[in-house]
Amino acid sequence: MAGSTRGCVMTETPVRGFWGDAWRRLRQNRAAMAASVVIVLISLLAFFGPAFSPHPYDAIDWDYMAVPPGGGNDHWLGTDRLGRDLYVRTLHGVQISLQIGLLATVVSLIIGVLWGATAGYLGGRIDGAMMRVVDIMYALPYIFIVIILSTLFDRGNIYVLFLAIGAVGWLTMARIVRGQTLSLKRKEFIEAALASGVGTWGILLRHIVPNVIGPVIIYATLTIPQMILFESFLSFLGLGVQEPQASLGSLINEGAQEMESAVWMLIVPAGFLVTLLTCFNFLGDGLRDALDPRDR
Amino acid sequence: MLSYALRRIAGVFPTMFIIITISFFVIRMAPGGPFDDEQTLPPEIKANLEAAYGLDKPLTEQYWRYLAGLAEGDFGPSFKFKDFTVTELIAQGLPVSLLLGLFAILLAVLIGVPLGTLAALRQNSAVDYGIMGVAVIGIALPSFVIGPLFALIFGLYLRWFPVAGWESGDLSYLVLPVVTLALPVIAYIARLTRGSLLEVLRTNFVRTARAKGLSERQVIVRHALRPALLPVVSYLGPATAFVITGSLVVETVFGLPGSGRYLVQGAINRDYTLVMGMIVVYGGLTLLLNLISDLLYGWLDPRVRYD
Repeated sequence: MAGSTRGCVMTETPVRGFWGDAWRRLRQNRAAMAASVVIVLISLLAFFGPAFSPHPYDAIDWDYMAVPPGGGNDHWLGTDRLGRDLYVRTLHGVQISLQIGLLATVVSLIIGVLWGATAGYLGGRIDGAMMRVVDIMYALPYIFIVIILSTLFDRGNIYVLFLAIGAVGWLTMARIVRGQTLSLKRKEFIEAALASGVGTWGILLRHIVPNVIGPVIIYATLTIPQMILFESFLSFLGLGVQEPQASLGSLINEGAQEMESAVWMLIVPAGFLVTLLTCFNFLGDGLRDALDPRDR
Repeated sequence: MLSYALRRIAGVFPTMFIIITISFFVIRMAPGGPFDDEQTLPPEIKANLEAAYGLDKPLTEQYWRYLAGLAEGDFGPSFKFKDFTVTELIAQGLPVSLLLGLFAILLAVLIGVPLGTLAALRQNSAVDYGIMGVAVIGIALPSFVIGPLFALIFGLYLRWFPVAGWESGDLSYLVLPVVTLALPVIAYIARLTRGSLLEVLRTNFVRTARAKGLSERQVIVRHALRPALLPVVSYLGPATAFVITGSLVVETVFGLPGSGRYLVQGAINRDYTLVMGMIVVYGGLTLLLNLISDLLYGWLDPRVRYD
C-alpha cells in the first residue's frame, strides 16, 4: 500500500495503519462527514435530476417567462427571462462547474506533483530554475494568467478552459510536494532504492510520489472549490462558459442583472454555489485534521 | 537587512520583465485580432489599420517597440477605444480602483485583527465558534455572490446605500463595494490572527510577562500581539492580489468606473495594448506590495536573519 512505508514503523498499533487511523478520525468529524454527504447528494442531483424534469436546459417556454418558483406549474424553481427552466439550468450549471472543478484539479495535481517532486529530488540548479518559474507565476494574480490564457482559445470551448485553469493552479501543489520531497530524499528507503539500482524516474514515481500523497489529497480537496470558483468567476465576467450553456457563474451573472424583478434567478444558483464551496472547504479542513494530526 | 532589501528590490525588475515578455507573446498567439469583428472590413482597410498600429511588422520588432515605449511610460494607443491612449484610459480608472482597494485592505485589518484576537482570547467559547464559523463562510463566499446580495439587501430593500454607480467625492457609493471586497479578507485575517495568537500565548515570554504581574491587557497588547501579527503582515501581499482580482468583479457589479473592467473588456475585444497595459500596471502593483509586505516582515521580526 502507498502509505505503508510512512506510518507503520512508528505507531504502536500496527493493526490500524496510517489510512485506517485517518479514516477513523475523519468519521468522527461531523462537519466534514455532513459536508461530504451534501456534496454527494448535490452531485447525484446534478447528474440525474434534470432527467425528472420535462424541460431541456436550453428550451424556451413561451407561456412561462420569468415565473417565480412554486407557481403551480412544472417549472419547480421558476424560469428565467427567456422562459428557460431554472431547475434544469441550475443543475446543468452545477454539472459543468463540478466537471471543470474536478478535471482542472486533476490537471493541476499531475503537473504540480511531478514538478515539485522533480525539483525537490534533483535539487541544485534545476531545482532553482524550476522554483523560480513558480515564483514568477506566483507574483501575478492567478486570474491574470487565466484571462490571458482565455484569450488564447475560442470562447465557449470549456474543455480548453479547464485545462487553462488547471495549468495555473498547480503552483501551491508544486511547493508543497517539493518541501515534502526535500525531507524524504535523505531517508533510508530512498538510499536503499538507489543502492539496488533504481533509476531517477523509478525513485520519483515509485517511492517519492506515493509518500507525499497525504498532503496532496488535502490540498486537492481544497483545490476543487478554488477551481469551481475560478470557472464561475470567468463565466461571471463573460470569459468562460457561453450561452446557451450555463455554469453557476454565468447564471449568477444573469441573476444579478435581473434581481430587481426576478430575485430567484440570483438566489437559486448562488445558493448552490455557496453550499458546494462551503462543503468542499469543510471537507478539506476535516481531511487536513484527519491526515495531519500534528496540525490540530 | 539593507543588502537584503536592495537585493529584493533589484529582484523585482527581472520578474517584471519576464511577466511583460511572456504576456506579450502569449496574447499575440491568440487567434483573431482587434479588427476582426468590426463587420468584415475590406482587406485593404484592415491592412491599413494594421499598418497604422504597426501590427504588420514582425512580432519581435513590435516587441522591441513596445518595450521602448514602456521605458518612456507610453503604453501605446488602445485599439478599441479609438482616440484614447491606454495611459489615458488607465489614468482615468486607476484612482477609483486604488481607493477601493486601499479602503478594503484597511477595513479588513481594522476588523479582522480584533475579531481574531477576541476569538483567541475566548478559545472554544461560543464567541470563538461563532466568529470562526462565520469566517469559514466568509472565505467560501465569492465576491460575485456577496456583491449582488449586498446590493439587493442594503441597496434595493433597505435603501441604506446606493445600489450602484459613482459620483466623484460621494463616498457612500463606495461603502457596499468596499465591504464586499473586504469581507473574505476580514475572515482570513481573523483566522490567521486567532491561530498565531493562540500559539504565541503558549510561549515562555508570555508566561514571563504574566509572571512579572503585568495586566492581561498589557500582556496581550504589548507582548503577544506584535509577534502574533507577523503572519498577517506577510498575508498582506497575497491579500493585495486577492483584492485586485476581486475588484474586477466588484467594479462590474457596482458599476464603478475603475480600471478593472478594462482588463476584461480588453481580453474580450483582443485589445492587445489595453490588456498589456493593465497587466503591467496591476502586475507591478502586486509585485510592489509583495515587496513591501516582505520588507515589513523582516523589519518587524528581529529573528529573521539574512545571509
